[in-house]
Amino acid sequence: MTQRRSYQVGTGLFIVLGFAALAYLATQTTSVANFQQGPSYTLKARFTNIGQLKLRAPVKIAGVRIGSVEKIDLDGTKLDALVQLSLDKRFNEVPDDSAAAIFTSGLLGDQYVSIQPGGSPEMFKDGDEFVLTQSSIQLEDLIGKFLVSGGPSKPSDDASKPASPKTDNDTQH
Amino acid sequence: MIGDSLAQVGACGLFLLGILAAIPKSLRHIKETIRQIWFVGAMSLVIIMTCGLFVGMVLGLQLYYVLSIFGGTAALGTVVSLALYRELGPVVTALLFAGRAGTSITAEIGLMRATDQLAAMEMMAVDPMAYVAAPRFLAGIVAMPLLACVFNALGIFGAHLVGVTWLGLDNGTFWSNMTSSVDVWKDVVNGVWKSCAFGAVVALIAVFQGYTTPPTSEGVAYATTRTVVFSSIVVLALDFVMTAFLM
Repeated sequence: MTQRRSYQVGTGLFIVLGFAALAYLATQTTSVANFQQGPSYTLKARFTNIGQLKLRAPVKIAGVRIGSVEKIDLDGTKLDALVQLSLDKRFNEVPDDSAAAIFTSGLLGDQYVSIQPGGSPEMFKDGDEFVLTQSSIQLEDLIGKFLVSGGPSKPSDDASKPASPKTDNDTQH
Repeated sequence: MIGDSLAQVGACGLFLLGILAAIPKSLRHIKETIRQIWFVGAMSLVIIMTCGLFVGMVLGLQLYYVLSIFGGTAALGTVVSLALYRELGPVVTALLFAGRAGTSITAEIGLMRATDQLAAMEMMAVDPMAYVAAPRFLAGIVAMPLLACVFNALGIFGAHLVGVTWLGLDNGTFWSNMTSSVDVWKDVVNGVWKSCAFGAVVALIAVFQGYTTPPTSEGVAYATTRTVVFSSIVVLALDFVMTAFLM
């Protein structure tokens, strides 16, 4: 009888150890570990182009992660992207004239939403929408513009342009 | 020759149907299944843990060297964990499982066959499919994913030991890169499915080879060898097929 008990205890230990390892792998080494717990509130932002922004992409202020992208949808009438951001309730003092921008981490990394705080005394409330947004910068567009115009077209650059008068018209679009 | 192989495959398929049909009956002998989980699972822990640790350490060392060429050592945690979860964990565990547990199952059942114990069970109206074959098959399916998870966890630990503790990679970089790019369902759970399938295949081959062995000492020896050879081939082939489907 003691023999039987010992192997049953051993089997139980083995199964518990196996599931503990699975739980550890699933919660500590995967993206689940980045999920925020606790209460959150939702803000909305409209972008003309979200680039490669994905669901659950981080939302950051000053580079610190404070939430994630909850939902990405297309507004059927305005034809722009409606992005819902879920922010940690602890950070509920975001001025309501803050701007939301889509940036890329590193040169080729994943995209995230960065919030640049404004100076308004009023704070964002649950369900509010950003007035100021900046879409993701398309690397292809930049390269295309660069190839066509031979450089970034700024008014101050005009002095160097007369060498190729034709491109001035092109950059006006 | 080809006819023989086909007959072998066919007999194995029919045997699988027989086991599946005997599973409801074998649940009455649930204690036997638990004893088999202990035997093939808990008793394999030491070898699985040792091998997992060393595989993780080697991965850490090799990938650190390769990644440092491109200046990408920060990705060490990501690469090691993805390699372990998606491929090495299930496959290496299955190969070790075939060597450690598969052979002993084959030898045990083969000896039962050679000493007419299986025939004696039938005489006593105990169905050997339900009492001998099905519990070992079930134990393989249950034990393999658990063993693979332990293997993965020890592998991560080994890579962390080499990469962070010895080679001086930043601890936060190691973990944050890993957690940002490893997905629960696509990586961890797919690996668990794989190891379930490998456990079923290895256990099936081991039980089948033991059950159909010629009742001689030479026959048992050949059956044990065939278990290791066949399960290794089938596991690696099935790995490719499953990877293609689970991608």
